[in-house]
Amino acid sequence: MSDVLTAPRSRRNVELLLLVLALAVAISASYLAGIDREEAFSEFFWTQGLTLTLMSLFLHIVLRVRAKYADPLILPIVVALNGLGLAMIHRLDLSAMQSNPDFAPVASQQVMWTAVAMGAAAALLILLRDHRLLRRFTYISLIVSAVLLLLPLAPAPIGLEINGARIWISVGIGTFQPGEIAKITLAIFFAGYLSTNRDLILLAGKKIGPLQFPRFRDLAPMAAAWLVSIGVLIFQRDLGSSILFFGLFMVMIYVATSRVSWVLIGLAMIGVGIFVALELFSHVALRFDSWLNAFSPDVYDRVPGGSHQVVQGLFGLANGGLAGTGLGAGRPDLVTYANSDMIIAALGEELGLIGVVAVVMLYVLLVSRGIRAALGTKDGFGKLLACGLSFTIALQCFVVIGGITRLIPLTGLTTPFMSAGGSSLLANWLIVALILLISETARRPAPTTPMKDSFPAAVGVNGKPMKKRTTKVATR
Amino acid sequence: MSEAGELTVTLFRFGFLILLWVLVLSTVGALRRDLAVGRRNRVGAPTAREIRRNPELMEEPPPARAAARRLVVTEGPLAGTNLDLAASPILLGRAQEATLVLDDDYASGRHARLFPQGSRWFIEDLGSTNGTYLAGAQLTRALPVEPNVPIRIGKTVIELRP
Repeated sequence: MSDVLTAPRSRRNVELLLLVLALAVAISASYLAGIDREEAFSEFFWTQGLTLTLMSLFLHIVLRVRAKYADPLILPIVVALNGLGLAMIHRLDLSAMQSNPDFAPVASQQVMWTAVAMGAAAALLILLRDHRLLRRFTYISLIVSAVLLLLPLAPAPIGLEINGARIWISVGIGTFQPGEIAKITLAIFFAGYLSTNRDLILLAGKKIGPLQFPRFRDLAPMAAAWLVSIGVLIFQRDLGSSILFFGLFMVMIYVATSRVSWVLIGLAMIGVGIFVALELFSHVALRFDSWLNAFSPDVYDRVPGGSHQVVQGLFGLANGGLAGTGLGAGRPDLVTYANSDMIIAALGEELGLIGVVAVVMLYVLLVSRGIRAALGTKDGFGKLLACGLSFTIALQCFVVIGGITRLIPLTGLTTPFMSAGGSSLLANWLIVALILLISETARRPAPTTPMKDSFPAAVGVNGKPMKKRTTKVATR
Repeated sequence: MSEAGELTVTLFRFGFLILLWVLVLSTVGALRRDLAVGRRNRVGAPTAREIRRNPELMEEPPPARAAARRLVVTEGPLAGTNLDLAASPILLGRAQEATLVLDDDYASGRHARLFPQGSRWFIEDLGSTNGTYLAGAQLTRALPVEPNVPIRIGKTVIELRP
């Protein structure tokens, strides 16, 4: 774990400038989405624009007051991604309403969730102030993650099964995926546990060839993480989250120890897991088959577990080509779940390779800023937490975009900030707030002025007390 | 839609792609400034693997420290005085209650304090008029004293010996 220092500068004005650009992207996207249908300045256009503008300016002001030295690039990037997602969901709503007048629009609900999520991020920035407090909750967050992961398995009034996956719970107004919040609490637990026990795990162990293998009992947390992922896979039938949780643990333990042997052990465990899942569960085997033989007609038409969805997405991407059909001019609505799982395919069709590469660039920049915050901060807990949280975003993007482009089997993970779905949006905005907090401790200059009352009052040359000089003393 | 309207829409759509890339590139531009890291841009301590690849990265191991047992005055009015070090702190100065009473016009009453902590001795200036110098540098806070490093107080120079 290493440190890199940045020249301390607040750079909030840079953030404001980029924020204006990001809002321009978001608002012009939602304008273009409706332009063909003669309803560009619809009610949605105004609610989306106003909500995003007001909430992001509010977050900007919160950052000016509370976390002056936080990274200036994170907020604009996330606002742009969120706005693009909203515009695309609205555009898909318009198509769906054309073919089915009874269709209830998703976008207005998503705008409400955006406001809630950005408000929650602001509340976290105001209430938490220092991420190191979270270290106290290491084991509590383990228990919380266990409860969150088990909740969907509770009987009917709480747990819900939708599309074969048991990852939802019903809360008064709608449904919620507790697993999304569990990835934050699990990251807090791993960071707390590994930053405390790092030296022990690092030093003990046998050396075989060029690799140092850990002691058997130090493998226990890894085995626990493996069991959690396998449990999620078996009982909740959610391959994506299973990959996410195990990948998160593997990355965090590799970052903490810089031992290749952990990665090898983890890959071996994944290999065993995949083999077992392929043998025991038909839905995993079907997923693999529809990935490898996507274009064979009987796999394409098979119900359930056919490759219809991913192949339609690929056709959409091909239709888009280099510059895309233009927002609102393609047919991304032909793909099932175009507004949640397959939103990248929809964007790829309408914005083309040029647009989708820009979106991927925004994700890359976001993740790199998170890892930069990890490099800059001094405490091991913050390093591991920032690394783990930014990695969850990176891994989600990889699994989703890889699945859509048929690089890996398609799994049901959400595209961070873009997919329709409130729980994912809320969890990702909370992650952003945590990364902002960590980047603030990383970039804030260390106080160099003496503590206020540690010296007696200075006496001038002529014996009179010197004029009191007002020095700025860091209050934190 | 009229032909002119269609042309505008197409222009808008390309304009949007350009706007998207303007955002990406200006973010990268803002990030470039951030890469100018501070004075100390060496990245942390090298890992075991980095040291194996580039042996020159390995930092010199600290020399085996011999515990100081005696205090010797090498210069000044008391030159030649020897004092055995125990585990208790030593007060240096002109005052009578000092452990080593310095007969030195340039020393203050309670000039400096030598105290053991862990396996090392530390010296701390007690707000003297003329200051205490460790290896030629004036003390501003308590610093560890290695054996055979001169400590100057007024005209007196003392050293710790193993």
